Amino acid sequence: MIEQYIPVIAMIVTGILFGVVSVKAHEILGPQRPNKSKETPYESGMEPVASAHERFSVKFYLVAMLFILFDIEIVFMYPWAASFRELGGFALWAMLLFVVTLFVGYIYIVKKKALKWD
Amino acid sequence: MVSTFLPFILLLPLAGFVINGIFGKKLNSERLSGLIGASAVGIGFILSVAIFIELLGLSPDARSVGVNLADWITAGQFSVGFSYLVDPLSVVFLLVITGVGTLIHIYSMGYMHGDPGFSRFFAYLNLFIFMMLNLVLADNLLLTFLGWEGVGLCSFLLIGFWYDRKFAGVGILWTGDAAKKAFVVNRIGDLGMLIGMFILFSQFGTLNYGQLTQVLSSGAFFPGGSDLLTAAALCLFVGACGKSAQIPLGVWLPDAMAGPTPVSALIHAATMVTAGIFLVSRNATLFTLSPTAMTVVTCVAATTALVAATVGIVQNDIKKVLAYSTVSQLGFMFVALGVGAFTAAVFHVVTHAFFKALLFLGSGSVIHGMHEEQDMQKMGGLKKYMPQTYKTYLIGAIAIAGIFPLSGFFSKDEILYHAFNDSGPVLWVVGALAAFCTAFYMFRSVYLTFDGKERFDHHHVHPHESPASMTIPLWILAVLSVVGGFLGLPAIFGEHVHLLHSWLEPVFAPAYKFYSQHHASHTTELVLMVVSLCIGIAGILTARRVYIQKPGTADKVAARFPAIHKLLWHKWYMDEVYEVGVVKFIWMTSQSFLYRIFDKKIIDGMLHGIANATGAAGRGLRQLQTGVVTNYVTLFVLGILLIVGYLILG
Amino acid sequence: MTQTDLLAGLAIEIVSIFALIIMLTDALVERSTRLCETLSIVGLLGGLAASAYAHLTMPGQTAFNGMIVVGGMSTLYDAIFCGAGIMTVLLAREYLTRVGGMFDEFYTLLMMSIAGMMLMGHSADSMPMFVGLEVMSICFYVMAGLMRNKLSSNEAALKYFLLGAFASGFLLYGIALVYGSVGSTAYSAIAAKALSTQFPTLFWVGIGMMIIGLGFKVAAFPFHQWAPDVYHGAPTVVTGFMSTAGKAAAFSGFVGFIAPTMASGVPGLEKAKVILALLAVGSMLVGNITALAQTNVKRMLAYSSVAHAGYLMIGLAAGNAAGWTGITYYLVAYLFMQIGAFAVVGILERENGGNLTVDDYRGLARRRPGLALVMSLFMFSLTGIPPFAGFFGKYYLFNAAIQADLTWLAIVGVVSSVISVWFYLGLVVIMYFREPLGEMEGGEASISSRTALALSIIGTLLIGLIPQAIINIAAR
Repeated sequence: MIEQYIPVIAMIVTGILFGVVSVKAHEILGPQRPNKSKETPYESGMEPVASAHERFSVKFYLVAMLFILFDIEIVFMYPWAASFRELGGFALWAMLLFVVTLFVGYIYIVKKKALKWD
Repeated sequence: MVSTFLPFILLLPLAGFVINGIFGKKLNSERLSGLIGASAVGIGFILSVAIFIELLGLSPDARSVGVNLADWITAGQFSVGFSYLVDPLSVVFLLVITGVGTLIHIYSMGYMHGDPGFSRFFAYLNLFIFMMLNLVLADNLLLTFLGWEGVGLCSFLLIGFWYDRKFAGVGILWTGDAAKKAFVVNRIGDLGMLIGMFILFSQFGTLNYGQLTQVLSSGAFFPGGSDLLTAAALCLFVGACGKSAQIPLGVWLPDAMAGPTPVSALIHAATMVTAGIFLVSRNATLFTLSPTAMTVVTCVAATTALVAATVGIVQNDIKKVLAYSTVSQLGFMFVALGVGAFTAAVFHVVTHAFFKALLFLGSGSVIHGMHEEQDMQKMGGLKKYMPQTYKTYLIGAIAIAGIFPLSGFFSKDEILYHAFNDSGPVLWVVGALAAFCTAFYMFRSVYLTFDGKERFDHHHVHPHESPASMTIPLWILAVLSVVGGFLGLPAIFGEHVHLLHSWLEPVFAPAYKFYSQHHASHTTELVLMVVSLCIGIAGILTARRVYIQKPGTADKVAARFPAIHKLLWHKWYMDEVYEVGVVKFIWMTSQSFLYRIFDKKIIDGMLHGIANATGAAGRGLRQLQTGVVTNYVTLFVLGILLIVGYLILG
Repeated sequence: MTQTDLLAGLAIEIVSIFALIIMLTDALVERSTRLCETLSIVGLLGGLAASAYAHLTMPGQTAFNGMIVVGGMSTLYDAIFCGAGIMTVLLAREYLTRVGGMFDEFYTLLMMSIAGMMLMGHSADSMPMFVGLEVMSICFYVMAGLMRNKLSSNEAALKYFLLGAFASGFLLYGIALVYGSVGSTAYSAIAAKALSTQFPTLFWVGIGMMIIGLGFKVAAFPFHQWAPDVYHGAPTVVTGFMSTAGKAAAFSGFVGFIAPTMASGVPGLEKAKVILALLAVGSMLVGNITALAQTNVKRMLAYSSVAHAGYLMIGLAAGNAAGWTGITYYLVAYLFMQIGAFAVVGILERENGGNLTVDDYRGLARRRPGLALVMSLFMFSLTGIPPFAGFFGKYYLFNAAIQADLTWLAIVGVVSSVISVWFYLGLVVIMYFREPLGEMEGGEASISSRTALALSIIGTLLIGLIPQAIINIAAR
């Protein structure tokens, strides 16, 4: 029984080893001579000018979330479209139901002005 | 007809109780309240007579009718109903209860006139009748027990009817205390009865009288009986002792005289106190199967009869004399039961109900006429003022003294005869002594009350005869006391003249199977009759000599024998023994241990401890709820680890 | 998808469609609150009717390839969900307007969550069960935060969401493990194949994970800690709805997969029973004992709902037919008394969390005698005093435990009921025998709130008087 899991175990072990080894090997092998400019977050980048904890408008999230919702719609549609003929009428109706439901949601967000930027 | 009438007989008094109890104050009419109370019982009496006549028409073996009114408790195999048994025994009690009850209700309408609790009084009386009927008509022990407790309650309520009056006694200050005493002492007896019921139920799986008698008389327990049967019989007898005031549970009855006199007549003389006799008679088969139990009954009863009679000699309170007389007479009845003369016991119950109710009502009439005075030392010469009361009281006294041909003679003589025949001369001598005392103290009370010098204060007390509503019942009872004896004429008057014996024959037949009675020759019987008659006359004459011919003799005798007088005066110190041995002991234990240590420390401590611990646990667990999601997840994960770990490793 | 499938799922479909209609109404119609309210009630009544129709015409039938089942207990579940929904709709407008949480989305969310619950109640397979659970939960997360100007409401929503997502993960993981070991997600197939599985440990860990996931949803110890914060922070009508219908839905899912597993006789069953029994004991004791120390009525009821989850888990641990019917009966009883109690709390509650502490209830009997009386009835019923519904609920559950040789569990149940007497009846004492501390503001309850209260009382009394009727429906 346990033999079935050998590939899985091997993968887990490899994964852990890769992480540990690459970090530790770097620490052990590399020379360490720290100075001030080396310890900044972006060693060769621009000087940070303000706090990294900047607040974004909730509209970004709103749009992003709505995008994901309708994006996922495509994920469902794709396999159906790929085998549309084989699946037949049943799938057509099911898909229609799905799209109508989403459309109701779309009307809702439009009417509630969720997509208006200002 | 029986099944048609019986519900009315039972429910009319209950209806009377409800009407008087709830609307009594609103009715605000003594006439109406009294009429409702009395007619509820009176109609019951008429219907009872009808039932009696119907049973007479049946053949002796068919005179047993069961009536099931309703189911009461049904639990698995066990089932008890409101089911009643009308048979010769219960009909005798039924007639006495409703008959004497009606008379006393009528009497009370006069006696209680003007009392603010008039309707309440009739409500209680009706409730009592209802409970008493349940007691005697029940076809199973549990329903009898319901009635048994019910009459105990009514007795309590009626003894303490004038709850705001003082009443002197050992450890007693108020009438309410006397009521409590009666109730508590009765509880001891009731416990005995309950245990007896448990034993019988565990042995036979039924509490139905008919089934019990059937099982018992099957012969499986004869001869020899069994220890459990003896225990059951003795436990039931403890109950009977409580209700019927036998030593050592008889101390409550004299104090029960704190109640109104009609109550004393009805409950504490004619009916309730005979419940013990009923219980033993109903279970006659059980008792006859246990010779030990029968012996115990006889010994207790004989002692009670004699001790109570001696105490009666020195009492000055007219009602207390009668109370001790009742205890003594109940002793006589139990003697009869103890020697297997069940018919004689029931016979004496009937005649005693007549003459003792008469005497109590007569004493009530005296008390009424003397403005609530009960001390015989402050009476005397009353026959001039209250001729009716005097005549009827005298008839009652002659009857109880056992003078031929009044009722008391026949019933008492029958008991003494059976005592001599079935037990022996010793028991007879004890009975005869008690009978002598009875005659003596009864006539002492007659002479002190009605004869001799007038010792009351003429300025304050104006004795007067009672109204007709009180004297008419007196006369009816007087007639019954005279002729009641003809229910049970002795055998020398011929075969089958003992009407009560032939009437009760089918009830006691199973018991007689195990306890055959001896029959002496007519000569012996005649001799015993004459002797007992002489004893009665001797008692009366002694009393006459001491109190009429040579007044002052009593004090001289008392001075001669101070120890005996003191012993009798203090009622053989029974109350004192109870006070010190039981009451004080329990009180001390309760105070010092049960209350201070067990209840306060252990029980309360445990409860408070548990409550405090729970409260503390609540406050502690509350700390878990930090409001920080990280902590919640920690506990969550801990739970997961435990569950998954248990599933994998456990 | 055949006609039978559509008919079998008609109740769910009706409620879902009405959810969409309400959503459109909300978007397209101005000042649509009353219209939404009416539509919700119509939709829920339609759902009830469809459920009753399915119960009578196709009892015990499955549909959608064995994904959902019709009739019997699921009918009762539908009744619980729709009933709770109707009572919540009746109570909501007055309350939400007062506390500043009146958004018409409430009705959409309510209807969607009910559709999710009904899917759970009907499911005969772990997949629809999970989908239903998520539909319900996501609606709940939003509903808990409906009072968006209030910090406590926001906190409730966020905590519920974080922990809920965490727990859903476990449930899904459990389903996956069970699927991995028996190769099916259908309950009947799980029970049938579990006996021959090659991976019994994997199977039981999967079942354990599912117990954890659903244990979270029913607020069982030690996964209960979200409940007091969420129930306290959420709007009171939403709390009433979540703690009755939400709990009922989670239990319907629970019974769905535990019942066939228990009946299958898979080795290792005893372990699952022990876990369920321990969860029950922990929930009962922790819920009741912590409730003792509360001074806020809403929070006290929240903790007591943890305890009630414990009583219900007794039925799961018993794992017999008596246990399943006991749970169903208790859920119906609990619906009425708990929603009723929260309704009273909601009617008394003022803006900014006023009138919520135990002290505010002092002398309520004199100021609002009707409400005090009604509240007392619910408290008596929650304590489990006959003849109210709560008594028979406990009776059936404890009886099931005794039948399953878990007498000790019944004893713990009785003991914790005794503990609960303190705070339930304590509230009654405070309402009737304590002098009020100050003036209590507050107007009369609206007609619709009174209707909801009346429904709760009638339910509490009626099913207490004729408990057998509920049992008979469940047994069909």
